[in-house]
Amino acid sequence: MTPLSRKQIAWRAAQDLADGAYVNLGIGLPTLVADHIPTDREVVFHSENGILGMGRAPVEAEVDPDLINAGKGAASLLPGGSFFHHNDAFLMIRGGHIDVALMGAFEVSEQGDLANWSTDDPEFPPGVGGAMDLAVGAKEVRALLDHTTRDGEPRIRRQCRYPLTAERCVSRIYTNLAVLDVTPEGLLVREMVDGMDLAKLQAVTEARLTLANDWRPLKVAL
Amino acid sequence: MINKQVAGLAAALEGVRDGSIVLLGGFGAVGQPDELIDALLEHGAKDLTIVANNAGTGVRGGLAGLIAARRVRKIICSYPRSGDAPRAFDAEYKAGRIELELLAQGTLSERMRCAAAGLGGFYSPVSVGTKLAEGKELREIDGKRYVLEMPLRGDVALIQALRGDRWGNLVYRKSARNFNPVMAMAADLTVAQVAEIVELGAIDPDCVHTPGIFVDRLVVVHRERKKP
Repeated sequence: MTPLSRKQIAWRAAQDLADGAYVNLGIGLPTLVADHIPTDREVVFHSENGILGMGRAPVEAEVDPDLINAGKGAASLLPGGSFFHHNDAFLMIRGGHIDVALMGAFEVSEQGDLANWSTDDPEFPPGVGGAMDLAVGAKEVRALLDHTTRDGEPRIRRQCRYPLTAERCVSRIYTNLAVLDVTPEGLLVREMVDGMDLAKLQAVTEARLTLANDWRPLKVAL
Repeated sequence: MINKQVAGLAAALEGVRDGSIVLLGGFGAVGQPDELIDALLEHGAKDLTIVANNAGTGVRGGLAGLIAARRVRKIICSYPRSGDAPRAFDAEYKAGRIELELLAQGTLSERMRCAAAGLGGFYSPVSVGTKLAEGKELREIDGKRYVLEMPLRGDVALIQALRGDRWGNLVYRKSARNFNPVMAMAADLTVAQVAEIVELGAIDPDCVHTPGIFVDRLVVVHRERKKP
C-alpha cells in the first residue's frame, strides 16, 4: 500500500475542477493544485487579496513587488485577469460566486465540519485570514489533508477536536489514502489507493465509513 | 484651490491623537504605507488601536516597530501570524501587553465598508457556530443563521497608492490595492502616501480607484520596494 504524496493529492483534486470554474486555492497543500490542471481546461483562480486569473508562480525576473498571492508569495496574472479591492474579493467569496474552494484542514468531521484555523495553542496567537469566509461562502468546499496525523491519529473524525472554521461545509475530502464524499448518510468512500480496503481505511478513520457501490482504485498519473 | 498635498510625513500626521483608532492599508507588506507607519512612530502617538490585516513582520520598522515601542494597545486583524521569527507582536501578545480582536478577513473589510456607507451593522453567515461568533447576536433569516457585525470606523487611515492628484483621486497598482480603498472611505482623516502626484485630469476619470472625496492628505514618498 502506497499513500499518495502531497503532489499526488493535489493532482487528484485538480482532476475534479471543471472547465470554466472559478476556484480559490487555500494556503499550503491546495496551492499545489494550480500546477496540475488538465491542459484542456481553463480554470480561473481567485485570490482573497483581490485577484482573478492568477497564473503560475513567476520566474525570478518576472517577480513584481506589488503582485502576491494569499500566502504572500510572488504571483502572476494571466491575460484576462483582473485586480479589485478587498470588499469585492470577499463579496465574491461570501456571496457564493466562487465555484470551488480547495482548503487544507487539520480535521474534518463526518458531517463535513471543517477545522483548519486554530490548534488552541496558547503559545501562538490564532490567525483565521479568509478561511471562515471561504468555508461558508464558496459554492463547494473540498478539503485536502493527510488521512492521519504524524502520530497516526485519525484526522477524519466523528466530531472535530479543534475549533471549527465552519459547520457542515465540506462536500469532498481528498487524503493520501482515499477520496471521500460527505453525504446525508455519512462518509462515502469513492476511491482508495492500491492495497487499501475498507477495514484498513476504517482503522485509521474515526468517522464511520461506507464503501460506495461504484468505488474505484485511486489512481494518479504522476 | 484644493490641494491635498502636504509638505512631508510629519505634516501628514499632524493632529493624530493618543488613543486613536488607526486603519493601516496593505496585505502583508504589499500596499502597506511603510513610511507613514514609521512616521507615526516618530510622531509619538500612543495607546493606539490598530486595524490591519496582519500584525507586522520582524521586530523593526512599520507596524512591528510601533508594536515593539508599545504604542499599540489593541490590534484588530485577521491574521497576526507569519513564518518569520522573532516578531514584535508575538512577544507582546505572550506577555499580555497587547489586546487582539481576531476577525474573519471578509468581516474585517466589510465592517469598515459598513462604517463608510453609514450603516449600523450587518448580518453575516461567516463565523456562525465558531469561537469567533461568541458574544455576537445570532439571527435566523430565511432559514439561515447569521451573526450581527458592527461597523468599524477609524479616526485615521494610513494608506498607500501608486499615484494621486491634488484633489486626492487615487490609483493603486496590482494587488497593492487590497484594503486601501475601503480604509480610505472608513476614516475621519485619510492620509495617502503616493509615489507621484500628477496633474488634474492626468488620471483617466474612468480609472480612478478612490475618488478624492475620501482622501484628506497626500504625501509623496519615493520608495524602493522589496520583492516578495
